[in-house]
Amino acid sequence: MMDFKLTEKEEALKQEFETFFETEMKNAPPEFGNGGLEGIYTSDEGFAFHKYMARKMGEKKWLSLGWPKEYGGLEATIMEQVIFDDVRGYYGAPGVDGFAVGMFAPTLLAGATEEQKQRLLPPIANGEAFYCQGWSEPDAGSDLASLTTTAIREGDHYVVNGQKTWTTGGHKAEFMFLLARTDPDSKRGKGLSVFHLRMDLPGIEIRPLKYMDGKHVYNEVFFKDVRIPAADLIGVEGEGWNLTRQTMNFERSGAGGFSGAKRMLEELIRYTKSTKRDGQPLSKDPNARRKMVDLFIGSEVGKTLAYKIADLHRKKDFLSLITAASESKLFSTELAQRLANYATEIMGPYGQLEHGEWSPMGGSMVELYQFCKGATIYAGTNEIQRNLIAWTGLGLPRLKFK
Amino acid sequence: MDLDYTKEQNMLRKSVAEFLAKECPFDDVRDTEDSESGYSAALWKKMAQLGWMELYFPEAYGGLGDPFGDVCIIMEEMGKKAFPSPFFSTVIQCGMVLLEGGSEKQKKDLLPKIASGKLIMSLAQLEEEGSYRATGINMPARRSDDGYVLNGIKMFAMDANVADKLIVAARVGDQGVTLFLVDAKNPGISCTKMDAVGKDNLCRLIFKDVKVGEADLVGGVGEGWAILEKMAKKATLAKCAEMLGGCAESIEMTKVYAKQREQYSTPIGGFQAIQHYMADMQIAFDTSLYYLHKVVWMTDEGMDTSKELSALKAQVNEKFKFITERAVQIHGGIGTTREFNIGLFYRRAKAFEYVMGDTDYHYARLAEALEL
Repeated sequence: MMDFKLTEKEEALKQEFETFFETEMKNAPPEFGNGGLEGIYTSDEGFAFHKYMARKMGEKKWLSLGWPKEYGGLEATIMEQVIFDDVRGYYGAPGVDGFAVGMFAPTLLAGATEEQKQRLLPPIANGEAFYCQGWSEPDAGSDLASLTTTAIREGDHYVVNGQKTWTTGGHKAEFMFLLARTDPDSKRGKGLSVFHLRMDLPGIEIRPLKYMDGKHVYNEVFFKDVRIPAADLIGVEGEGWNLTRQTMNFERSGAGGFSGAKRMLEELIRYTKSTKRDGQPLSKDPNARRKMVDLFIGSEVGKTLAYKIADLHRKKDFLSLITAASESKLFSTELAQRLANYATEIMGPYGQLEHGEWSPMGGSMVELYQFCKGATIYAGTNEIQRNLIAWTGLGLPRLKFK
Repeated sequence: MDLDYTKEQNMLRKSVAEFLAKECPFDDVRDTEDSESGYSAALWKKMAQLGWMELYFPEAYGGLGDPFGDVCIIMEEMGKKAFPSPFFSTVIQCGMVLLEGGSEKQKKDLLPKIASGKLIMSLAQLEEEGSYRATGINMPARRSDDGYVLNGIKMFAMDANVADKLIVAARVGDQGVTLFLVDAKNPGISCTKMDAVGKDNLCRLIFKDVKVGEADLVGGVGEGWAILEKMAKKATLAKCAEMLGGCAESIEMTKVYAKQREQYSTPIGGFQAIQHYMADMQIAFDTSLYYLHKVVWMTDEGMDTSKELSALKAQVNEKFKFITERAVQIHGGIGTTREFNIGLFYRRAKAFEYVMGDTDYHYARLAEALEL
């Protein structure tokens, strides 16, 4: 029976999450700014707060909510995990390393050796290990399987040569998970493998890839004869593409985007009620009202996708899950862009001010206006998501490309 | 949390779908649209025999007492088949008004008649101004010695041309909106069917000295708007379910067409332009349907839905139009013909937008509910 009610246990957990984030977010330093990836990666103070929150959550085992108990997890239900994402998203809290917790840990659980699980999972669960992602290359974006960085076996090491790009937080993270070609004669998905590596290995050079607003979040990472111990090849050589594809689905099931948008909308509503233009509160302006209602509807209907994902997980309906996860990624990122655009429109000329006493909502909306442009591109462009929905959800034919 | 239908609900859906597929194929829908009565009396009787009309009526009035979600399933399936009938006006709108505001006698008398398919009813609420609000109801009900006298014009009354009884919203002096049960065949009433995009039974009614007895008040004097609002809380869900049925069928038809229609020796569904349109249609549908489920659940739980109901109707209004517009586009020229079925849905998206409040109305109401 259609029933959206939370169980008593879920309600209690929700309360616990809310109290935690409400309290801990008061410790955010000014440099954390409006949060998000920029809050974490553009200052030492912001990254320190990210680490602080990670350790706090690690103590409660909230970074490993859904993991098996033997690896330090709580074996929480998928619903409990979605509630966690939901509440954390609302508070815009850092501390959950999207790369370590969101992507690499599920990869390890799915395909690592027992020794690797024992060695690499606990630091992630404790909030002590921070990763960046070594996937995209200058010539391998949406078509990731065409990547050319090589990792060639030499004795008990792999030697890596090539270049990665769009490496979020590469200048802050201590570790990377890398996708590279272990068979240099291979093509596409065959002959790829996943590695764990330290970012301070000799031969690694990190160059900032500054965003259009001048902020340093992304990087280019160059590898010149970088030697990775063979023990850090994850799972089986040549099986990296299958492992990675599983990780992609983990990357796309986030629920916090909608609650984050809801919180920003609440702030926007407060701003329009307390700001006057043409002799009346901005909230009485018909255009502003229409835009805010539109955003409310978007955040309301969008959120149902996140809960649908939980429901599909629970039923182990993984094919439908691919569609739902793509829908959620696509909808939440386009909603964020709509939010940023509408908010900065409603603010009038003040909408362009990034900092200072004249800047509404702490400049968060004009910052989002710029930064969220990346969101419809990263983690699988929204065009790729639309392809996936068409192929897996609608069963439309997939034409062959060369 | 559980987002599954029950076994019983799946069975209900299947039986409604099979019945409609057999009894009212799209060719019949077009014939019905072109007919003066705008519905099939024979099918109406069969629907009653299947128990669709009494589904959500309480057992005390001969109903089955099913949750409202079951009615939404019927509406969804009717929406898929673009099925024309007075079900919404009679069973949902007027049935709900009677349930919420009617006297025991009215309920005992009328609900079983609705249930057995012997009574068709129409709600006469909107007026010439076209407002969905209480302020849009200004028709006077003048007090007389033995009751009230109605004079004025009602617009957009659905199925009034085939109705036996009307529920009319009017004002008694300054005491507010009041509802009256009126015999549709009253000689003081003249009814004209209007040509509309939905090719449905949209009527204009002129009331000239129509006498109504004290016993034919539905609810008390001045209680009419509150009753209509209670009705709207559920009727809006039912209409949204019907519209989402239309969305589902439009996507299904388009999907089948895109796989089968070839250009440049390739099914057009292989082209990314088409795939991306269809992905957007699918998201529009999924988000709306999941949200309907949530609001139906909230309603069954007795929660306040003043924000959610308006969010839902505004969303469904816009997405039904979006999905059917893209659907016709993907069908190409054939999609614009009377002969082809997708046009049925394109027109209904516009027609249903106005039922239970258009997008602008719900945006305005939602802005108020958000205390903007």
